[in-house]
Amino acid sequence: MSEIEYKVPVMADMAAQGQSPEVLFWVGCAGSFDERYKQVTRAFVKILNKVGVSFAVLGPEESCTGDPARRAGNEFLFQMQAMSNIQLMNAYEIKKIVTACPHCFNTLKNEYPELGGNYEVIHHSTYLQQLINEGKVKLQGGGEFKGKKITYHDSCYLGRANKVYEAPREVLQALDAELVEMKRCKTKGLCCGAGGAQMFKEPEKGKKDINIERTEEALETGAKIIAAACPFCLTMMADGVKNKEKEAEVAVMDIAELIAKAEGL
Amino acid sequence: MAYLSQIAFIAVLGVAIYFLYKRISRIKKNIQLGKALDRSGNTSERMKTMLLVAFGQQKMFKRIIPAILHLFIYVGFLIINLEVLEFVIDGLFGTHRFFAPYLGSFYGVLMNGFEVLVALVLFSCVAFLVRRNVLKVPRFQSAEMTSWPRLDANLILVIEIVLMFAILTMNATDQILQGRDAGYYATGSIFFSALFIPLFEGLSTGTLIFIERFAWWFHIVGILAFAVYVTYSKHLHIFLAFPNTYFSNLNAKGQMQNMPEVTKEVKMMLNLPVENADAPAEIGRFGAKDVNDLSWKNLMDAYSCTECGRCTAECPANLTGKKLSPRKIMMDTRDRLEEVGKSLEAGGPGLEDGKSLIDDYITREELLACTSCNACVEACPVTIDPLSIILQMRRYAVMEESNAPASWNSMFSNMETSFSPWKFAPSDRFNWANDINKKQS
Repeated sequence: MSEIEYKVPVMADMAAQGQSPEVLFWVGCAGSFDERYKQVTRAFVKILNKVGVSFAVLGPEESCTGDPARRAGNEFLFQMQAMSNIQLMNAYEIKKIVTACPHCFNTLKNEYPELGGNYEVIHHSTYLQQLINEGKVKLQGGGEFKGKKITYHDSCYLGRANKVYEAPREVLQALDAELVEMKRCKTKGLCCGAGGAQMFKEPEKGKKDINIERTEEALETGAKIIAAACPFCLTMMADGVKNKEKEAEVAVMDIAELIAKAEGL
Repeated sequence: MAYLSQIAFIAVLGVAIYFLYKRISRIKKNIQLGKALDRSGNTSERMKTMLLVAFGQQKMFKRIIPAILHLFIYVGFLIINLEVLEFVIDGLFGTHRFFAPYLGSFYGVLMNGFEVLVALVLFSCVAFLVRRNVLKVPRFQSAEMTSWPRLDANLILVIEIVLMFAILTMNATDQILQGRDAGYYATGSIFFSALFIPLFEGLSTGTLIFIERFAWWFHIVGILAFAVYVTYSKHLHIFLAFPNTYFSNLNAKGQMQNMPEVTKEVKMMLNLPVENADAPAEIGRFGAKDVNDLSWKNLMDAYSCTECGRCTAECPANLTGKKLSPRKIMMDTRDRLEEVGKSLEAGGPGLEDGKSLIDDYITREELLACTSCNACVEACPVTIDPLSIILQMRRYAVMEESNAPASWNSMFSNMETSFSPWKFAPSDRFNWANDINKKQS
C-alpha cells in the first residue's frame, strides 16, 4: 500500500506554474508545529494523495488565523493576522479551503468574510464524509477498527459553534466500529477546556480541570479509542488519559488518523 | 353600590396602568442605553425562531420534567388570561359573568376547561416549590442565588398559587349562589371548584356574596399587582421572551462580532484602501467596561433572564468549580443596569457614579475562566447570549487596559513575531512535510 509517493504541493509553486488547486488545505499552527498534530496533518495529506485530490498548502506562507488573539480580546492582532491571510489567499484566488482545525474553520468560514475573505470553507470531518459518500475512500470492512468501541468527543467550535455533529460520526461509522456516545454529547457536549484561548494559559482556580472531567466521562463509556476532530481537544483528552494512567489501553486519535490507518496509509 | 365598585375598579385599573407605564418606559430607556446593533431584516426567520423558541417552548424540552411543568403554567397563563378579559369587562360595566349569556351552555364547558388549567398550574407551582426548596435542585442553589433571587422565585410561585385559589373560591361560592339567587347565571357544575363547595355550603347567602366578591376583587387586584411586580422581578421573561427570541443572533454561534472601528485602523496600518477614510473615527472605548458599552440586545438579554440556571448547569468552567457562572453574568448586567437607571431617574450621576460592570460586579477571574464553548448560549431557553458579554469585556481588559495574563501576552507576542501562538520559527512551519514519505512505526 505504501508504494505511493506522497506529495505536498505548495501554493506558491503551483501559482508560479499557473496552476490552481481544487482545494487549499489550511494546516493551522497546531498542525504545523505540534508534534502530535503533525501526525494528523500527514494522515490527512496521505488520504488526499490516495484519493488524488488536487490540493495545495500555503506552506511557510501560512500564518495563524488570529482566533486565539480574538478570543482573548486582542482584536487588533486578530485583524492584522486576518487581513494578511486574506491578502495572501485573495492574491492566489483561493476558492475552497479544507482544514483539520475547528478553530481555523470557524474563523475562516464565519469571520473572514466581513474582512473581505470569502471562501467555501469545510472542516476535514465533512470533507472525509464526502469522500466516503462519493466512494472515493473505500473502507473494506473497516479494517482494524471493525467492532471496536469508539467514542467521539465533540469539538465546541465544530458542534455548537457551527452545527457539525453528524459528519465526524458518519466517518467513524464507516469504520464499522461500535460508536458509543458519552453522557454529554452533540449540543450538550462538554468542552475539553481549551477553547477561548484557554489553551494558552493556566486554568483559573477551581475544583478540577475540565479535561479531567471530560476524560472521566469518555473513559466511562468503555471505549478503547477516543476520537477527536480538533487539535486542542486531542491534546486535552490525551493529557486527561495520561493523567488517569490509561494511555496503554485507551488511544486518543483524530478521525483522519483512523481513516488513514484503516486504509493502511 | 354597583356604581361605587365600578369607580373603585376604574381607579385600581388606572393606578396599575400608571405604574406599568412608568416602569416599562424606564426599562425601555435602560435598554436604549446600550449601543446600536443591527438585528433587522430576515423577518420570516425571526418570526419562525420566536414561534418555535418562545411560543413553542422548543428549547425548554431539553429538560423534560421542568419543561412539562412549565408548559402547564405557560398555557394556563395564556388561556386563563382570557378570563381576565371578562373580569375587566365586568369591573368596568358592573356586569356579572358578562360572556355567560352569549355563550350559553358553552360557558360552563369553558369554565371547566379553565379550571383544568387552574389545577395544572397549581400542581406545577407546588412541584416547582418542592424542586427549589425540598429537593434543592442544584442549579437553584448556586452562589449567585442569594436571598433575593431565591425569595423572588418563591414569591412568584406562591402568588400564582394564591391567585389560582382565588378563582376556585370565586367559582365555588358562585355555584352555591346560583342555587339560591336567580340573579346568578347558571354555569352548570364546574368540576374542580365544585370540590370546594362543602367548605362554603353552610354559610349564609350574605357571607357567600361577600366571599365571592372578595375572591373576585382579590384575583383581579392580585393580577394587576403581580403584573407590576413582574417588571421588577426575574419574571419579566413572560413578556420579553418574545422580542428577545425574535431579535436572536441568526449567525453561526461561533462567529464573534466584528469591530469595524478596528478594521479601519488595521487597513491603514497595512496600507490597504479604506472606505470613508475621512469620516470621523467613532468615539467610544474598545470592548465593554460598563453596561452602556454593551449592545441593546445584551441589555434586553439581561432583562429576559429568569435565572433558571440552565446555562450555568452546562458551563464547563462552573462545573469544575471555577468562579464563572453565565447566569451571574446576566444577573450582574441587569443589576448594574437597574442601578444606573434608578440613579438617572432620580437625577443622579447614572453611569458616572464611579462604578462599572467590570470589577464592581463581574470579576476578571470570571471573565478569564470562559472557554467560549457556547454551552450557555445553546442551553438558554430564550436565546440569551452571555458569551457575547464576556468576550466584549475581555476586549476592554486587553485593548483599553493591556490587562491580560502573562501567558496571553506571550501568546500575543509570539503571534506578532512568528505568526503562531507558539514560539516557533515561521520558517519551520512546513517541516511537517519533510518526513511524510518515511515509514511510520
